[in-house]
Amino acid sequence: MKPRLFIPLILFLLLVIFLAVGLSRDPREVPSPLIGKPAPTFEIGQLAEPQKMFSPESMKGRVWMLNVWASWCVACREEHPLLMEFSKTKTLPIIGLDYKDQRADAITMLSREGNPYTLSAFDGDGHVGIDYGVYGVPETYIIDKAGVIRYKNIGPITPEILREKITPLITELNQS
Amino acid sequence: MKSLISILLLMFACHGLMASEAAPLAEDPVVEQRLIGISEEMRCLVCQNESLAGSRSDLANDLRAQIRTMIKAGKTDAEIRQYMVDRYGDFVLYRPPVKPTTWILWLGPFTILLIGIFGLFLYLRKRNTSIDSKTLSDDENRRLDLLLNNIEAEFKKDPRP
Repeated sequence: MKPRLFIPLILFLLLVIFLAVGLSRDPREVPSPLIGKPAPTFEIGQLAEPQKMFSPESMKGRVWMLNVWASWCVACREEHPLLMEFSKTKTLPIIGLDYKDQRADAITMLSREGNPYTLSAFDGDGHVGIDYGVYGVPETYIIDKAGVIRYKNIGPITPEILREKITPLITELNQS
Repeated sequence: MKSLISILLLMFACHGLMASEAAPLAEDPVVEQRLIGISEEMRCLVCQNESLAGSRSDLANDLRAQIRTMIKAGKTDAEIRQYMVDRYGDFVLYRPPVKPTTWILWLGPFTILLIGIFGLFLYLRKRNTSIDSKTLSDDENRRLDLLLNNIEAEFKKDPRP
């Protein structure tokens, strides 16, 4: 057999490898331009108490998590038990951003499934979501003491992501 | 003739109906035109194979409303584009800017094309030199004529290929 005969086979295998890598990557994971930038400011009412405002400025000096969720969001239910468990460790304040939701639906959901959030801000029309570049709920941001976004996760958090990415990052950010 | 006139009349009647139905879409034709121009160049992030102009997803609706507000506020197209890029990254643009991280994207196809042309050039040159161009001797020429004549004769006998 001439070695030249194997060239098409090798090219084909290369193509297969490229396609396999391409298929195993999640096209929804778009690198966020917000990482390393100050978290956009906003001031909106809280979910449970609309007259009480929440603004990211009030979190200055602390490492915190912003978790975008909604009662209509199916994938949020997937990560909900994990968030519940994580909130019990009291690692950091978890602020919810209830995105494009009905207040009553959201409150009902939290009372039924449990509330992992220190508090939730209510973004009924989604304008805060636009500033944070939200396009696939749930989304999770880790914001450092200076108010800079250090990490963003699109889609539900998995135990692996929590263990391997989020927890080490929080430890690191808390030390600095 | 009568039926032709009635058909024509019906056509005009329909035309009038359609016009009145389409009206509410275009609040301000200039704004809408610019909105379409900008949003056609942008990717809807929820359904990534659709443009922001064509998508019916909730987020696309919100973003179109946002762009419309910005146009009315007198923002330029470049400012609006920057606003979107600041939030969603270059990915939102169907025409990503040329910068170090997108060099492969922009120059890759041309590089591959150049490699192909170079390869073809090498191959053609090699083939040219590998073809023997020596002249035949008289003896060989005679044999060649004989062979060709034979083929011709065969062909005349039975012209099937």
